[in-house]
Amino acid sequence: MEMVKTVVRVGIADMNIVREPDTIRTSGLGSCVGVVLYDERRKIAGMVHVMLPDSSLGKGDSINVAKFADTGIYSLMEQLKAEGVRPMSLKAKIAGGSQMFQFGSGDTVRIGPRNVEAVKKELARLSIPLVAEDTGGSNGRTIEFDPAIGTLQVRTVNAGTMAI
Amino acid sequence: MRMKTELNISDMHLDVLKEIGNIGAAHAATSLSELLQRKIDMHVPKVALVSFDDMFELAGGSENVVVGIFLRIEGDLSGSMFFVLPIDSANRFIRRLIGDPQFDFSTPESIGEIGVSAMQELGNILSGSYLSALSDFTGLKIFPTVPSLSVDMVGAIVSFGLIEVSHYSDEVIVIDTKIVEEDENDQSVDGHFFLLPDPPSYITIFKSLGVM
Repeated sequence: MEMVKTVVRVGIADMNIVREPDTIRTSGLGSCVGVVLYDERRKIAGMVHVMLPDSSLGKGDSINVAKFADTGIYSLMEQLKAEGVRPMSLKAKIAGGSQMFQFGSGDTVRIGPRNVEAVKKELARLSIPLVAEDTGGSNGRTIEFDPAIGTLQVRTVNAGTMAI
Repeated sequence: MRMKTELNISDMHLDVLKEIGNIGAAHAATSLSELLQRKIDMHVPKVALVSFDDMFELAGGSENVVVGIFLRIEGDLSGSMFFVLPIDSANRFIRRLIGDPQFDFSTPESIGEIGVSAMQELGNILSGSYLSALSDFTGLKIFPTVPSLSVDMVGAIVSFGLIEVSHYSDEVIVIDTKIVEEDENDQSVDGHFFLLPDPPSYITIFKSLGVM
């Protein structure tokens, strides 16, 4: 049977998982961080597009876990576990966390770098090794992960495309 | 503060916002027409409570590359404003303003100080006239910050203005203003001007308008 590749799309403050031969993609990352957790051997991956560092910042009625670095990464790991992945075999690649504009107020000050720091903290807490990253700067990024080869493509408007 | 339970936003509320959006847009269009010596029309096609992803769709999708001007509003209200233009349209505006036919936003090294200032000035004039109309109508004191410029993907630019909102909700009230340029060649500018009040300001706005 011929395998048809599908690109699974992840929106902002959203998450999903994907298996070979499909790929998973999120577009227009600015201060947000795209986090990929993947199992190289089983060729399965999950991606979450986080907007804010910490779920304690939430002031709404209900919590969208995918919006925050701490709850987003944790529940992505739980989803992958439910698919039979062992947490020990997970690795992470991340991209994003730009400072798109040089000013901000209140919680938007340094939001990009703070998102990156929070993502790294949560990965460390869960003992998931961070094997590659393209973070910081002041440009937007669109990323696509291919679980078959474990590569994250990072596309920018002014700084070209690269694979990490 | 728990916003959602306190505030049931009805169609009537959104209609009122559309009305004040149109008043602001009319003022801004007059200023822009004078500046560019062209007939510019601005109107509010939509005021809605939308998801963040739908918000990006209004500006052509999160990956669409645009010239974006971002500024914060402060005072009695807080929120974000974006002025989003396709590169071609922004080029035309700026070429006319600074008299340089070579000017091009798609080559970052050629933008230069003058192009950035001209674009920021455009943002100042638009937001200033828009907000003064809003201020006159509501009696609220509203001040825009200095605008910042970015040429990048819609999602990367606009998400910065959603950070504040995202603390409260996964939806945003967007007052979308469409900018259309009319000239002999019938070149139309599909630009957008977005006003995104921070959720704590929703109540302030509605109270000032006597609908809450």
